[in-house]
Amino acid sequence: MNAIRLIRLIALFLVLAVSPPAWAAQIDDAAFGALADALAPGNFRDREAAATALTASGDTRAAAVLQSLLDGDLVVVKSTGKVLLGTSAAPIDPVTGAPFPEAADTEKVKVNNGLRRALRTLIGQLTLMSDDTSTRLTAAQSVLRDANPDNLELLDRALAAEPDAAVKAVMETARAAIILKTDAPIAEKNDAIQTLKARGGRDSVTLLTSVLSTSPDELKPAIQAAIDSLNQTQAAWGVAQNVWYGISLGSVLLLAAIGLAITFGVMGVINMAHGEMVMLGAYTTFAVQEVIRRSFPDMLDWSLAIALPLAFLVTALIGIAIERGIIRWLYGRALETLLATWGLSLIIQQAVRTGFGPTNKEVANPSWMSGSFELGGMSITWNRFWIVLFAIGVFLTLLVVLKRTALGLQMRAVTSNRRMASAMGIRTPFVDAMTFGLGSGIAGLAGVALSQIDNVSPNLGQNYIIDSFMVVVFGGVGNLWGTLVGALSIGIANKFLEPYAGAVVAKIIILVLIILFIQRRPRGLFALKGRAVES
Amino acid sequence: MITQMLFRALDKKAIWLVVVLVAVAVLVPASNLLLPEGHPLHVPTYLVSLFGKYLTYAMLALALDLVWGYVGILSLGHGAFFALGGYAMGMYLMRQIGPRGVYANPILPDFMVFLNYKELPWYWYGFDMFWFAMAMVVIVPGLLAFVFGWFAFRSRVTGVYLSIITQALTFALLLAFFRNDFGFGGNNGLTDFKDILGFNIQAQSTRATLFALSAGFLALFVLICSAIVNSKLGKVMVAVRDAESRTRFLGWRPENVKLFAFTVSAVMAGIAGALYVPQVGIINPGEFAPENSIEAVIWVAVGGRGTIIGPIIGAILVNMGKSFFTGALPDYWLFALGGLFVVVTLFLPKGIVGLFQKARARRGIETAKPSTVTPAKPAAEPAE
Amino acid sequence: MSDKSETMLYLDGVSVSFDGFRALNHLSIIVHPAEMLAIIGPNGAGKTTMMDIITGKTRPDDGEVLFDGRTDLTKLDEASIANLGIGRKFQKPTVFESHSVWDNIVLSLKKPRNVFSALGYIETASDKARITEILETVRLAHRKDELAADLSHGQKQWLEIGMLLAQDPKLLLVDEPVAGMTDSETMETAKLLRDIATTRSVVVVEHDMSFVRELDTRVTCLAEGSVLAEGTLDQVSANPVVIERYLGR
Repeated sequence: MNAIRLIRLIALFLVLAVSPPAWAAQIDDAAFGALADALAPGNFRDREAAATALTASGDTRAAAVLQSLLDGDLVVVKSTGKVLLGTSAAPIDPVTGAPFPEAADTEKVKVNNGLRRALRTLIGQLTLMSDDTSTRLTAAQSVLRDANPDNLELLDRALAAEPDAAVKAVMETARAAIILKTDAPIAEKNDAIQTLKARGGRDSVTLLTSVLSTSPDELKPAIQAAIDSLNQTQAAWGVAQNVWYGISLGSVLLLAAIGLAITFGVMGVINMAHGEMVMLGAYTTFAVQEVIRRSFPDMLDWSLAIALPLAFLVTALIGIAIERGIIRWLYGRALETLLATWGLSLIIQQAVRTGFGPTNKEVANPSWMSGSFELGGMSITWNRFWIVLFAIGVFLTLLVVLKRTALGLQMRAVTSNRRMASAMGIRTPFVDAMTFGLGSGIAGLAGVALSQIDNVSPNLGQNYIIDSFMVVVFGGVGNLWGTLVGALSIGIANKFLEPYAGAVVAKIIILVLIILFIQRRPRGLFALKGRAVES
Repeated sequence: MITQMLFRALDKKAIWLVVVLVAVAVLVPASNLLLPEGHPLHVPTYLVSLFGKYLTYAMLALALDLVWGYVGILSLGHGAFFALGGYAMGMYLMRQIGPRGVYANPILPDFMVFLNYKELPWYWYGFDMFWFAMAMVVIVPGLLAFVFGWFAFRSRVTGVYLSIITQALTFALLLAFFRNDFGFGGNNGLTDFKDILGFNIQAQSTRATLFALSAGFLALFVLICSAIVNSKLGKVMVAVRDAESRTRFLGWRPENVKLFAFTVSAVMAGIAGALYVPQVGIINPGEFAPENSIEAVIWVAVGGRGTIIGPIIGAILVNMGKSFFTGALPDYWLFALGGLFVVVTLFLPKGIVGLFQKARARRGIETAKPSTVTPAKPAAEPAE
Repeated sequence: MSDKSETMLYLDGVSVSFDGFRALNHLSIIVHPAEMLAIIGPNGAGKTTMMDIITGKTRPDDGEVLFDGRTDLTKLDEASIANLGIGRKFQKPTVFESHSVWDNIVLSLKKPRNVFSALGYIETASDKARITEILETVRLAHRKDELAADLSHGQKQWLEIGMLLAQDPKLLLVDEPVAGMTDSETMETAKLLRDIATTRSVVVVEHDMSFVRELDTRVTCLAEGSVLAEGTLDQVSANPVVIERYLGR
């Protein structure tokens, strides 16, 4: 405790002496340069004093200089006495951080073990006791990773002064990790074990396992119990993580398949160009971002919000055009429709390839879709998270459209009995066109979402089309819930098989299982029943 | 019975087709081998190989037509049977390389040495024997089709559902064959063949022989197919295509009819694949791609499904077009192919053969008695 | 009920529901050998569903369906039931449109139904004679080489009856055979069915009352999935419940 006070006192004195702003993140360049240069001359003791003074400046640049010295990377230009970072051919000016013109007469600043120990402590002070919370957190995590008993004393001091609870928790874990490696009393070690157990995570398991053999016998049962308990929690979180991956994959499948399910359910039409509608949605996103990048660079975070309605509109209009131009001439001939739309998909793919080029297009993630967050023992990326929410949103919206709107009512009527619906005065051609437009539009929305997690290339749609079919035939036709259940079960089953079988074999297994399933229930999980369905 | 069937198979159209194919099988190789290169009737070797390939495609198309045109099963996975036959042949050709491979391993093909295989996987046993490999060319596709069809047709999976699961089947095989540890050369497939039955696979005479074999097998398949479709079974097949449930109430079992046609068709596709591989010199997992199977469907559609000659014409014409486009206008081939799908389904439901039939019927109306030829229109009701 | 073993068709307490809708409700019907039964009833009475159950298209939830006094039809599929000797004519005439009239009969002729015997089948002289005979019975001999698609609606009905005859069934289920026929054709059909019923059992479903009268046979009226009334046509059509529920005032 006294040491800290003493250091602070000296630091205060020095800082006050050199520059007016006390405890500023950075002191005056000239003053910092002078403090840094003082590291070179004199003996080891002088260097220690200089290092202490540098630390006391509280400057954020100091840690790098000290680290460099500790690593034996600090050189001094003999003619000027200036200190530089890095012994390599491209030294860096510690003051500006810029590369320094190569100097011929450099010499390494030497260190000995005593100085190294002092330097470690000083660096720890600079980081563990920095004013910046995130710097302290990083430092604490690095101490935890090393679990080096040399850091114990320093850590104790930092702990005592730590105001932030989160940082303190990490420090305590680090302390526990270190304690287990020292020959501390059994009781203290027991506490350490409990601390690690409470913290959880794979790192704790690794730590406990590594000290298991070297610990005293009376501690071993406690450590083993802690490991077992941690492993169990870990396994539970692993399952949860897998479920999440499955839901995430399922939501992507749902987005890709749901439009297909609607057109297939209402019109009995298999639209092989559905994947290309997804692809066009993704390219719409790309085009929107291009415009934004060129003209309104600050609006990138809004790009998806703009792309969504646009993609829906573009693909829905193309869908209606396809329905009016081609599909309506082929009603009742499902297999021919399948072939004609396959031809269309080839044309659309090639058109995009000609127009945009065959290579992948880069579609940026807006800031709110980048990165990830931790939920218990799971790590969840924001883009996957938003896509799951988006898929749920699209699904619920569709449910509402089908249940509550006039178009939805007409669509359901046509699904269950086309001839009767037509006889009741429903304009089935109009319903067909709207249904196809809706299905295609949803594919466009799916494309916007997929542009965030997949490569945007002319082949984007092809990668999803077979999976989408599987979802539709598995879930059953004419029921959105079937599509939801189908997508989620295929997604989750896939992710649970992957660890055992690998991604490709998992996919093969799923395909084979679906083929077998269709044999059992030729009309899928949620098939419509009754006389009208048979034909 | 056999002679009766053969007699029935030889209706006028089939006779002509078989005669033409046999003539091609004899004359083209003869011209290639016997006539000097400058001669105006000399067929260059590259054309022999190219058209030999087309003939194997024509076999695949004919096989597909037997199930699609006559029984109404739109298989989007027939390329799988073609590729399986091709792999069986490829495995034989790989074993024939022997110690002449890059790694000079007398037993293991190069890719296995490269992938650190210690010994030959059990399913490669026997493929050093020609007869065994040829048996597998027939058995593997046939058995797969039989098992798949047994389950699918029995549980009455029909229409687009069936199409989609056939597509899933070939897709699953595609993924599997891409894997190195599956033992079939992974991504690169099987290639660098040296000889077949001791004949150099690159030799002009070998190529000419393979061409003759392809034309000969195609003629044989024409005979088999017309024997089937002209029999009462053929009529049941069409009945199943047009009104499946009606045939049930007459006591027929559509599942058995379909299973028979599907299995025969798969075997023919497998043989086609086996003839294809030595002529192109490679077989790789790309042959399993669903796109290939769908492309074969368009050959049939262009030529005219439900006829024997249609798929043959379609396969050859479309592939000539493909060779032309990919050579001269590579960016436009997919436009052309895609357009072909749309135009044929919209305007030419009976393909080129249908066009000729219509033209002949129109001439017939002018000269002879009216009526008789109004092609049966499929019930124009959306699927319920 | 009466002795099962002497019946050709025996339905007892048959019920079936589709998604909660009760299409048949404890339906019980008996047809004896060489007997004709006419079934009338409003739309949705369950007439077609009854036929679906007899021919194996639909499985009943409950009840007994026996053929020839001993064969349980609920365990068999359509093809086996057809091969037992039950022929069915559909409400909407379904003939094989891309086949000739002749071939339609060939496909129906009572012969082995397996794949390989069909592959090796050769038309014998007696087969030809039988087909010609049937075509003459249904008055289509002069159009035997034409595609079935080119026939008129009434002719398709007759072709389908011809197909039934070719099957040589013990029991015929005939769903609305005279829809789309002229009066004289209707009378002809009635006569044909009466002839058939001298040797086989026939169940006819029809709305046309003059046709049913012409059949001159036992009548059962169905409504809401069960039997409303039974007897001669006069008895049934005099029944006040039948008048109220079906015939109207």
